[in-house]
Amino acid sequence: MSNIDFSTLLLALFAGAIRVGTPFLFVSLGECLTEKGGRVNLGLEGILVCGAMTGYAASYFSGSAWLGVLAAGASGLLLGTLHGLVCSLPRVNDIAFGIALMLLGTGLAFFLGKPFIQPQAAMLPSIDLGSWSSHAQLHHALQINALFLIGVVLAGVLQWGLSSTRWGLVLRLVGDHAETARALGYRINPIRIAATACGGFLAAVGGAYLSLYYPGSWNEGLSSGQGLMAVALVIFARWQPLRCLLAALLFGAAGALGPALQAVGITSGYYLFNAAPYALTLLIMVVTCRPDRTLGNAPGELSLTR
Amino acid sequence: MTPVMTRRLGLRLGIGLTPLLPTLAALCGTLLLFVLFLAVQGKPAGDACLLIFEGAFGSMFAWQNTLQRAAPLLLTALCVALPARVGLIVIGGEGALAMGGLAAAVLPSCLPLWPAWLMLPAMAIAAMLAGGAWIALCGALRQWRGVNETISSLLLSYLAVALFKHLVEGPLRDPGSLNKPSTTPLPDIYLINALPGLEVHWGLVWGVLACIAAWVFLRHSVAGFAMAIVGGNVRTAKLVGLPVNRLVLLACALGGAAAGLAGMFEVAAVQGSASSALLAGYGFSGILVAFAARQNPLAIVVCAIVIGGVEASGSLLQRRLDLPDATTLVLQGLLFCNLLAWEAITGRLTALRLRWQQQVQVAPHISASEASHV
Repeated sequence: MSNIDFSTLLLALFAGAIRVGTPFLFVSLGECLTEKGGRVNLGLEGILVCGAMTGYAASYFSGSAWLGVLAAGASGLLLGTLHGLVCSLPRVNDIAFGIALMLLGTGLAFFLGKPFIQPQAAMLPSIDLGSWSSHAQLHHALQINALFLIGVVLAGVLQWGLSSTRWGLVLRLVGDHAETARALGYRINPIRIAATACGGFLAAVGGAYLSLYYPGSWNEGLSSGQGLMAVALVIFARWQPLRCLLAALLFGAAGALGPALQAVGITSGYYLFNAAPYALTLLIMVVTCRPDRTLGNAPGELSLTR
Repeated sequence: MTPVMTRRLGLRLGIGLTPLLPTLAALCGTLLLFVLFLAVQGKPAGDACLLIFEGAFGSMFAWQNTLQRAAPLLLTALCVALPARVGLIVIGGEGALAMGGLAAAVLPSCLPLWPAWLMLPAMAIAAMLAGGAWIALCGALRQWRGVNETISSLLLSYLAVALFKHLVEGPLRDPGSLNKPSTTPLPDIYLINALPGLEVHWGLVWGVLACIAAWVFLRHSVAGFAMAIVGGNVRTAKLVGLPVNRLVLLACALGGAAAGLAGMFEVAAVQGSASSALLAGYGFSGILVAFAARQNPLAIVVCAIVIGGVEASGSLLQRRLDLPDATTLVLQGLLFCNLLAWEAITGRLTALRLRWQQQVQVAPHISASEASHV
């Protein structure tokens, strides 16, 4: 145990932070957008799985991984719209419907995805940023998927859009104080439905990353709860898209801990190390939440933090 | 029978049935969508629906299969319904079931060879303590740290499953279990028998008893009433001086204990030892059962049997029609979505019901004039 190769471990964690963190990034951005409008969508887990299947299937049929990503996004858009529409009905609890959507999304994905478990679809290419390095592992770690870069840009754009554009301000107003928004003449439900639908799109793209890049295949055990952890991750990031990026990288590193330790020869406690992201999520929530006041930056209409 | 009397009878029937209407509408909506979903893909939708019924309730064998699956669902649904009484949505029953099953499987190897009448209750208590503590932790985190219980219960359930797998494949593994890691098998005297004449174990009876006990507790005890107040309005509960924190913890602990007991029965009556076969998703199906029953413990008995039947029919669908085993999952997902969406009509129905009630009360005065018209 004493002669662990720490540089290998750190490199593996760094590479894992980006590789494992990208789906977290997309799902948390989607959840962030949804929650800014005042709703919680726990169904992003189901949307993620459904997006992974749709993306893989579309990539298999069309031969283009990017078409797969788009198809996945479209499926997420549909399921997100469903969540938005149903939760606009009176007496429908958004958290409960999220759980239902989780079940429906995974059910649909497993049912329709059965024929795609065996065949090999076209994968997303990676961009080689490490060709200057002669260090093989560093080179490998710097092979970054374009979706990650898109996600980084998107986080910045969302941060700017939510704080400085008219649309962003309207969305935040609807999420913070629906009464005021209504008094100003904005229609609450269409705005929330749009935010939930866009959130679904992003979450499904995160799912397509899982099936089309890393781990890079479609099977029923593909998702390990990323969609749900995103909810906690957004709380940790205090509803700020740029902080979502940092949180996603942190969670990615935690998720890569198990495989990284295995790579340097520590195999005992494999399941426990793989559960590190869950423990981290719980720990972060315990540390950041308070019972007597709502969190800073939390959208006022959110049922989650009340 | 005069038309007025039939009309009043109809109104009374309407008043009695309105609470069931959203559920019935949801059932119809689910079936319609399910048939559409299969028909669009060119799959035999009608045959599939018939086969689901046949696989669930079509024969003695099917009934036994259904009840076998319903037994743990009764208890894991209580793990959702009891915390729901104090206003919490807990979805971590799977974790409590795993912890309970593990505690029950390990206990006999830590104790001397007690007789079964002493050991089985001890196993049950250990399982209930383990499961109860696991879910009570969610309640505690919510009350004292403000952590959302839906997320924390699910995370705790993931952690419980990881801990379970680590222990079963590591420190607690029976060296004799080669290709399927499990704990040391229970001695034969500690295995729970089937009900006489059936191939369903005693867990079913205990599950039904637990549901009845939960109903009596929620409806007819002071603590149950206090829980309803907490669930209805926390501020009112605090205002009248109810121990809110303690009530929330109690509801969570009782729910977790039920799920833990389900784990104990799965170990002692079905599996014989704790292995990953225990994690068959009963905790998650229990959520659907509880929502379908509208968190009413007595309705859980019916819903658990229906959902158990749907799950039991999966293998028949796979064999006869070559449908994926996820077919029942799609059906359950559609059912869950429909149940929640049709909840929206409840408000309208209440208004309708009030109007009917007024008519029934007013009816005797107007009956004479109305009768003369006919």
